[in-house]
Amino acid sequence: MIVADRKSVGEIRDMIKDHDRVLLTGCGTCVTVCLAGGERETGILGSAVRMALKLIGRGNVVVDECTIERQCEDAFIDALAPRVADYDAICSLGCGAGVQALAERFPEKPVYPGLNTQFIGILESQGVWTEKCVGCGNCRLGEFAGICPISRCAKRLLNGPCGGSREGRCEVNPQIECAWQLIYDRARSLGILDRLETIAAPHDWSAGIDGGPRKVVREDQCIAGVESAR
Amino acid sequence: MKNDEPLILAFCCHYCAYAAADLAGSMRLEYPDNVRVLRLPCTGKIEVDYLLTAFERGVDGVIVAGCLEGGCHFLEGNLRARRRVERAKQLLEEIGLEPERLEMFNLSSAEGTRFAEIVTEMSGRLARLGPSPLRAERRSTEGGVDPRTSEVVETPEVSEVSRAEATIAGERP
Repeated sequence: MIVADRKSVGEIRDMIKDHDRVLLTGCGTCVTVCLAGGERETGILGSAVRMALKLIGRGNVVVDECTIERQCEDAFIDALAPRVADYDAICSLGCGAGVQALAERFPEKPVYPGLNTQFIGILESQGVWTEKCVGCGNCRLGEFAGICPISRCAKRLLNGPCGGSREGRCEVNPQIECAWQLIYDRARSLGILDRLETIAAPHDWSAGIDGGPRKVVREDQCIAGVESAR
Repeated sequence: MKNDEPLILAFCCHYCAYAAADLAGSMRLEYPDNVRVLRLPCTGKIEVDYLLTAFERGVDGVIVAGCLEGGCHFLEGNLRARRRVERAKQLLEEIGLEPERLEMFNLSSAEGTRFAEIVTEMSGRLARLGPSPLRAERRSTEGGVDPRTSEVVETPEVSEVSRAEATIAGERP
């Protein structure tokens, strides 16, 4: 899932302080699970921002809260649309996709981000999330025993480890496990160490973000026609 | 209670602090009368938004009083409450309020004297910190729009303390 964390109360306050009525909008999907922008967090942040605004003499700014099921899909934004007319601006507690989906849907309303979207990751332990995927567009986990060297090796080495691997830890930060140690250990336990004897080919980065925003098209699902999706 | 006295809201666990408050009364102990006790089944019922909402509605300080660590009736409710209180304190700091306005205490149901001490300590601390700037703002406001309900609020006839007390009692501010 997408993992995000909250911007500071002061940063959010300063973004919205010049508006009169602001709708703080949470998202019920990924950011609810990572405890950043769900219904509860939206309520807490609403209370905090109202108090912070009062303390700088902007207590007259109305900050209301609501949470929709999913901000990144237009059909779910329908539920929000009738309320938005009453507000000058929206502060989204969705990920970057959610913020932009609201901005596209409501072109006349300023939309501010309440979160810093971090990465695609998993829940490592209660309250701890770690990055596992950079969305490179060309998954090669099968070559690396199910452990991604692109997201988890600081040098993104496809033929590792480097000389900075020390007792299973990364030289960049001893808190980080060496991805290549993990790959080696897992390949050995699976009995597929021989796969690591071949040199991994250079990565095809053309499928990555560097070529501009990417698009996935399922032609059989394009009700409006394939051409409209191009 | 005078209008300039700090108003304290005490979230008290049914199994310890609430009974201790009861005992303090039975023992005829004196403690400041500016505390309003709100009973919870366990301090584990506390959520960060309860604490922030109390401050938003104008209380000067909040006490969370739970069982001694290791003695929670529900095993770890008081430990969870402590973490939530810590998070609320961090948020108070970000907001610009003194985190010292919020404190968690642990006591047993036999400690009526300790309950009186806690209330006295917090009352003294809040008197030193002065009234909550949020409450002062509300005092100076002559009517306006309630940010929670978007309803127009008339110029209050009752004192701000009475309004905050009514809020604690569950009425709309």
